[in-house]
Amino acid sequence: MKGGQTLRQAGLALGLPAALLATWWIASSGSANFYFPPLQTIAQTFVEVWVSPRLLDDVVPSLARLAAGYFGAVVLGLLIGIPIGLSRALRNTLEPVLEFLRAIPPPALVPILILFAGIGDTMKTLVIVSGCIWPVLLNTVEGVRGRDEVLEDVTRCYRIRGFARLWHFVIPSASPQMFTGLRQALSIGIILMVISEMFAASNGLGFAIIQFERSFAVAEMWTGIIMLGLIGIGLAQVFRLVERRMLAWYHGLRQSQRAGG
Amino acid sequence: MNAHASGSPRTAAMLDVAGLRKVYSGSGRTIEAIRDVTFTVGAGELVCIVGPSGAGKTTLLKCIAGLLPPSGGRVVLEGQAVAGPPPAMAVVFQEYGRSLFPWMTVRQNVELPLKQKRLPAARRVQLVGDALRAVDLADAHGAYPWQLSGGMQQRVAIARAVAYEPHVLLMDEPFAAVDAQTRADLEDLIRRLWHRLKVTVLFVTHDIEEAVYLGERVLILSHAPTVIMEDVVIDLPDERSQLETRSLPRFSELRKHVYAKIQLAKQGWRPPGESKT
Repeated sequence: MKGGQTLRQAGLALGLPAALLATWWIASSGSANFYFPPLQTIAQTFVEVWVSPRLLDDVVPSLARLAAGYFGAVVLGLLIGIPIGLSRALRNTLEPVLEFLRAIPPPALVPILILFAGIGDTMKTLVIVSGCIWPVLLNTVEGVRGRDEVLEDVTRCYRIRGFARLWHFVIPSASPQMFTGLRQALSIGIILMVISEMFAASNGLGFAIIQFERSFAVAEMWTGIIMLGLIGIGLAQVFRLVERRMLAWYHGLRQSQRAGG
Repeated sequence: MNAHASGSPRTAAMLDVAGLRKVYSGSGRTIEAIRDVTFTVGAGELVCIVGPSGAGKTTLLKCIAGLLPPSGGRVVLEGQAVAGPPPAMAVVFQEYGRSLFPWMTVRQNVELPLKQKRLPAARRVQLVGDALRAVDLADAHGAYPWQLSGGMQQRVAIARAVAYEPHVLLMDEPFAAVDAQTRADLEDLIRRLWHRLKVTVLFVTHDIEEAVYLGERVLILSHAPTVIMEDVVIDLPDERSQLETRSLPRFSELRKHVYAKIQLAKQGWRPPGESKT
């Protein structure tokens, strides 16, 4: 029963992508259009381009910047978001400023960041941080603010204070909302990783795609775009695994609430 | 033990509430929830507080628990004025579904307050084990609260309070949201624990029968702004059982008496001579 269900779900999940790929494959098979080479050509080129030292030279630096920027944003977002969520006074003071800062598109910061941080990895990491921090920060604020009053009374009554209160109450109760922010930040991070590498870079996926485009290596350019998609899927899967694990209690709670009510 | 005498001398008092008053003020309006509540609970007593809905029961309990600052009067626990949640007090809340940490197992829920007390690990294991056994949940250590029924969740909350080894146990309508059968079982559980642990219990409820069945004394609250209408001594035999106690003539008398008072309270009864203030 259960195995069959899983198989059906997998079939549904993979069916559309397979159909789309097949359509692309057939529609492009005899393509003579310079900009839209046959998918078969792209697939062959993919192996040539990416099963090579390029994997180390371009993909690894990109992922390293993404990781640095993403985790930097997560740490900052949590460190700033938790106190703001806990204090109404802080919220009232900071909210207008945060709304303003959030409204600035991070790519617009690139020229300024180049001034301060040069054109190296620091700049690219900072671009990623500047975009990823907002969903993490704002969702953390909301999550911490929305903690249950009854549980708050429980922590007070049993004198659970200071760090223990943060660790055992505030952070876990905000964690479902925090994860919403973390998920949004991940997709923003991938976008900014590519964009930051299109400015003044010497390696990375974004750089490679721009290079291929400028040298009219169209099939290679397409492989870069496909590579980005694959990385996106891979990271999303890793994220889902981590979330399932960390929020197992939350999914269980939700399920029991649905069953009961 | 002279715990049954409502006018017991102050020295025997475990909990002393004097002239308690609570006024909520906000957005230009003030609401007087509690006008003047005075009573004493002796060490080891089981006192029920019963009142109509809107009697400010939860407000009163929160003031006593130190969770809400009173606007006037004082609460004294074992000779110490209560200014915040006191270490010798534990509270069982009405909303069992929201009073346990859903990200912790049953054991972790019961153990966390003991860790905050900095008890050694061996002692914690013993207290948690004893408490869960006392509420018949010895085999639920590893479960999460949301995997349990409502009655079981409330038993976990009771176990957490018991393991904390409080001198006073406050209960805020703890069985209001469970079904009748479970409620009867839980009432007997409270009587058993009270006998065994000799803890002082203050039990708030809107259920008249529950108050009479459980209590050694029943304090009847008026409608808000709350005062105490009457302090009724429940002279039922100490050994109580759902079937026999509830069919005693004396039980019916007491129930009728309290019921009549609650009806008065609902109709807006005020203490004599109050109109001056």
